[in-house]
Amino acid sequence: MRCWDPRIEELPTAELKQMQYKLLKSLVYRLFSFSPFYHDRMKEQNVHPDDIRELSDVRKLPFMFKRDLRDSYPDKIFTATQEDLVRYHVSSGTTGKPTVVGYTQNDLNSWTTSLARALTSIGLGRGDVIQVSYGYGLFTGGLGLHYGAERIGATVLPTSVGNTERQIELMQDLGSTAIACTPSYLLHMGEVAEKMGLSIKKDTRLRAGILGAEPWTERMRKRIEEWLGIKAFDIYGTSELSGPMFTECSEQLGFHVWSDLALTEIIDPKTGERVAPGEKGELTVTILQKEALPMIRYRIGDITSIDEDICPCGRTHPRVQRIQGRVDDMLIIRGINVFPSQVEYALMAIPEVGQHFQIVVDRKGALDDMLVRVELTKESFSDKITDLMIIRDRIEHKLRNALNVNANVELVEPGSLPRYEGKSKKVLDRRSL
Amino acid sequence: MDVKKFVIKQISVFSENRPGRLAAIAHALGEENVNILAFSIAEANGFGVVRALVDQPEKAYKKLSSIGFNVAFTDVIAVHMQDRPGGLYEIAKMLGDANINIEYSYAYSGKEGAVLILRVDQVVDAIEKISKSGATLIESSVFH
Repeated sequence: MRCWDPRIEELPTAELKQMQYKLLKSLVYRLFSFSPFYHDRMKEQNVHPDDIRELSDVRKLPFMFKRDLRDSYPDKIFTATQEDLVRYHVSSGTTGKPTVVGYTQNDLNSWTTSLARALTSIGLGRGDVIQVSYGYGLFTGGLGLHYGAERIGATVLPTSVGNTERQIELMQDLGSTAIACTPSYLLHMGEVAEKMGLSIKKDTRLRAGILGAEPWTERMRKRIEEWLGIKAFDIYGTSELSGPMFTECSEQLGFHVWSDLALTEIIDPKTGERVAPGEKGELTVTILQKEALPMIRYRIGDITSIDEDICPCGRTHPRVQRIQGRVDDMLIIRGINVFPSQVEYALMAIPEVGQHFQIVVDRKGALDDMLVRVELTKESFSDKITDLMIIRDRIEHKLRNALNVNANVELVEPGSLPRYEGKSKKVLDRRSL
Repeated sequence: MDVKKFVIKQISVFSENRPGRLAAIAHALGEENVNILAFSIAEANGFGVVRALVDQPEKAYKKLSSIGFNVAFTDVIAVHMQDRPGGLYEIAKMLGDANINIEYSYAYSGKEGAVLILRVDQVVDAIEKISKSGATLIESSVFH
């Protein structure tokens, strides 16, 4: 099947925008009338639902931040009563206190529909075995993918995270054709498989990876695709939007955000103004059809850009480009903004080191000191100290060029850096400011 | 002359420069009943290379790799030195005169005299020069 719902997915752009406008208008009226939180926010901003006269008027509306969700813990801004809720999820809280998301049956249906379209767009469907190696439970990844995969008629293998050797055995024995997990966990699986004397490329039926929940790069995609013999697709979402919602289609040109479900804008994180079309900035999302926990202009904190051109796949919905970093992931080293994804990108061009790295930031005297620890690969180990020093100097040089700031490099033994099954923590900031 | 019998397989192990790493290597070799005949450590900023002559290089390689170490084989040669003042000079001068570069070297002095382990840039030339000079090369079979 090419499209899950061609009627919506291929709707001409003008009609899509008209549909978004109508949905936005009714959302704003509903929230102004029934949500004390949004009512107060709109009053503060001096905006009334009648001021929304065209789609671009969305920019008159107030922003919403992660802290608004934390401040309203656990359910102060829900717009559905507990009786109408059918599920809760609670965010992992890696960057602060946890946040709670509630779902009505319609909210779950929209989420599942979003993923059914997405999984179909990467060529999955009836006959596929989809191994869901995202965590099941309070985290949205496992259950979200689970329902989406069942909806398209695929067979779900709900392995959740952990017990990697067993995951690989099941992948082989039950013939998983796709796996959903973090990119770093898939790399870990590849390594464990090799230790078991297996090759994911040769000894399994795996042909697609649905990878997300942490930032990764185009180079990492190439490495995964070549090494494991699969196509690797980016998936995007956060618990506040429901969970993982959007993926790339088979063209791999950014993830399609379904316009009937979400309205996206890219803004300058400092000024809050919209950036020019195609430019990079902070992704801001309005969820158009959410009942329990509506989101207007929610600032996720991810840095990216949007391509509005019609995709070669025929879908008219805009494509959000690969996430390039997070507003709150950003390190400031001697006054220069550094994203861990930049480090990853630079390292991927250096064959002598593996894909794992760790950034350690210290303060020495008045100066920030950045150390990047990388694993020397087996193939590039040389008995000659001078060869190893040359490798290290080359990495330092590459990093300096990529980051515009000096970084010291430490070569470490393969397998010695921590591996993470969920979101990886690649930065150790030991500065006490 | 069969030069091959004088080429000795040294194992080289990449190691981070922190407490306990040499112990980890030595413990692994002990467990496998591999005997270390000679070794040295070269250190650079933050890391080092442990080089060793062992009685069972293949077994050592397999064991150390299996616990995650980066291991490589390197060809070295071993020469008997006169265990008296000037002994080292004779070997070093001969190689220098032949324009053979010593990349690194370490030595031990045991029951059967002093032995110099050499990593040189031209292994075959070095073996031929040393044998012609009358000095004694040690066959690899003595080690493993």
